[in-house]
Amino acid sequence: MTNEVLTGAQAIVRSLELLGITDVFGLPGGAILPTYDPLMDSTKIRHILVRHEQGAGHAAEGYASASGKIGVCIATSGPGATNLVTAIADAHMDSVPLLAITGQVNSTAIGTDAFQEADIVGITMPITKHSYLVTKAEDIPGVLAAAYQIATTGRPGPVLVDIAKDAQNAKAEFVWPPKVDLPGYKPVTKPHGKQVQAAVQLIKESKRPVLYVGGGIIRSGAHQELLELSKLTGAPAVTTLMARGAFPDSNPQNLGMPGMHGTVPAVTALQKSDLLITLGARFDDRVTGQVKTFAVNAKIIHIDIDPAEIGKIKPAEVPIVGDLKEVLVELNAELSNELKGKQPDISEWWTFLNDLRTRYPLGYSDPEDGKLSPQYVISRIGELSGPEAVFAAGVGQHQMWSAQFIKYERPNSWLNSGGAGTMGYAVPAAMGAKVAQPERLVWAIDGDGCFQMTNQELATCAIINNSSLGMVRQWQTLFYNQRYSNTDLHTGTDTMMVPDFVKLAEAYGALGIRVEKAEDVDAAIKQAMEVNDRPVVIDFIVGRDAMVWPMVPAGVSNDEVQFARDARPVWDEGDQE
Amino acid sequence: MSQHVLSLLVEDRPGLLTRVAGLFARRGFNIESLAVGATEVEGLSRITVVVSVDGLPLEQVTKQLNKLINVIKVVELEPLSTVERDHMLVKVRTEPATRSQVLEAVELFRARVIDVAGDALIIEVTGETAKCQAFLKVLEPFGIKELVQSGVLAMSRGSKSITEKVQK
Repeated sequence: MTNEVLTGAQAIVRSLELLGITDVFGLPGGAILPTYDPLMDSTKIRHILVRHEQGAGHAAEGYASASGKIGVCIATSGPGATNLVTAIADAHMDSVPLLAITGQVNSTAIGTDAFQEADIVGITMPITKHSYLVTKAEDIPGVLAAAYQIATTGRPGPVLVDIAKDAQNAKAEFVWPPKVDLPGYKPVTKPHGKQVQAAVQLIKESKRPVLYVGGGIIRSGAHQELLELSKLTGAPAVTTLMARGAFPDSNPQNLGMPGMHGTVPAVTALQKSDLLITLGARFDDRVTGQVKTFAVNAKIIHIDIDPAEIGKIKPAEVPIVGDLKEVLVELNAELSNELKGKQPDISEWWTFLNDLRTRYPLGYSDPEDGKLSPQYVISRIGELSGPEAVFAAGVGQHQMWSAQFIKYERPNSWLNSGGAGTMGYAVPAAMGAKVAQPERLVWAIDGDGCFQMTNQELATCAIINNSSLGMVRQWQTLFYNQRYSNTDLHTGTDTMMVPDFVKLAEAYGALGIRVEKAEDVDAAIKQAMEVNDRPVVIDFIVGRDAMVWPMVPAGVSNDEVQFARDARPVWDEGDQE
Repeated sequence: MSQHVLSLLVEDRPGLLTRVAGLFARRGFNIESLAVGATEVEGLSRITVVVSVDGLPLEQVTKQLNKLINVIKVVELEPLSTVERDHMLVKVRTEPATRSQVLEAVELFRARVIDVAGDALIIEVTGETAKCQAFLKVLEPFGIKELVQSGVLAMSRGSKSITEKVQK
């Protein structure tokens, strides 16, 4: 039997279909036009037209992060491709499985500075897991299959496939499944037995263990195994910004988020621990603060699928390379053998931590200018929506408040740009999440600054409008003598209101609501939740001087965590040193 | 900081060298020398990199190199169990009075003259980096007009080969 002959463009669409892709986000243009033609006929793939390619990238990320499936975005050559760069970098930092397909000028024109030519493979080399330039139609199925495999296995990440226009137009036999030969790519998923044993020994000996839970738990789908580990050890858990939802907030062993704006108990638990059981986390500087004073008495078990993460920042006593799910299954089995149902005695540690919990709970005070408290608004969104909803945030104060004040009970319910810190992530990511999981309520909780970066992709959206670039303003308040250089955005009700977000929402056919008083918050949230046929934008006008607390200023030791401005927690050093 | 010789077995793909070199640049490491060429296995190339770093960052670079999809194997070659060779061509100025001294140095270092002009010679020398450097020092007073070097080539002693595992 001979194989069917397809154009490269048809081969792209067919390959995506055969890879099980059902949704793609993109925007057509010259060099990708051949592919958009057969895409129109595909009954298996839904294409969502964005208004800016960055939106396609973040939408694909949101799609992937909410569903655990690969996200796919498509753009044309040159500026179309370069507009994807921020989203690709974002996916690289947060290990999001992303397939970016870009059109390229004709292969004969590559390197001639042709119209809309950009060396996107070269540009994205440092921010992709891998990339391909395809100049022959017959290579398309193989490259797309390889790209899919690379993006979704091992440590997930973005893969770029740049396809010349003449390769899309040329005809070739379509061979499926193609032969994928990646001799240099063999991710290790199964842990080393001896290391697992060593980890069990450390856990048994530890008096002050902490489960340092990172985003890897979510990417690996290991949340059940984590729950089991927490039951076996009785150890406290901290969930990083990328891991909110990996371990239920309602679980009494969860101390909350560590790091620069972490809870006092979470920050202190890491700091005073004698054993960090590190699960798909990477000792980011926003978690460790000053590295040389971070958790100085702790031994480290570091479990990660990426060997390069182990020992990168802190040397590990027990390094375990492997897929978290597989590792935890083995570790739990060994632990349950060794412990025989008896949790190690760490009661003194819990006494210490519970005391911190009582004395330093997460909280906030109402803004002095009488405006809405942003933390209140975000808490109410979380409480009224419940744990089955999806929450996407931009970057800044509203992101930290959303991480702090919404209670997450399940993985993939919290989407944000953790590593790259990409303002403008929320709206398109929320849209992508809604495409992936149309049955869920999806919130974009965005700041007035972030919203203006990508609001062209409107979804259900709450704007925490403090009329300023709030996080930058907070730093200016604290570290730059209240000199507010270029952080005022004039979007609040007592300013010139450019833009007026309610009018903007209406112009997009969305429902726009403005809320300025606490008593109106619930009604607005409920009203938004009832609207199912179009996006809703709620413009919450909040106090601009509200700050994110607790805080460890950048580059200082986590010992200096401030509970509120100029207020450091007090703990009895004698007990725990 | 100490010098390390890394040997990389890589798939011969377009852009591979950019990926490797870019990684060094991005992580802030200076490449001291770089040699690339085909191996006995079709489709596979060998890159020999000499880099000056501390132990810990070197481990990080090795791990990051291993993450590159087209990199099949990364080995740090230990000086005691490795043979290393540099290859260089030197164009040196000669005058009737100095020519015999230059030729004497060529003889002593077991180098070879491969081109002769009225007032210059091109000399080819092969050996460990230290020997090549010493040879250059001897030639310096006569006037070095041009110098080109291959970068270090290195291979483990004994019968094992870096491509063995891959071929199976």
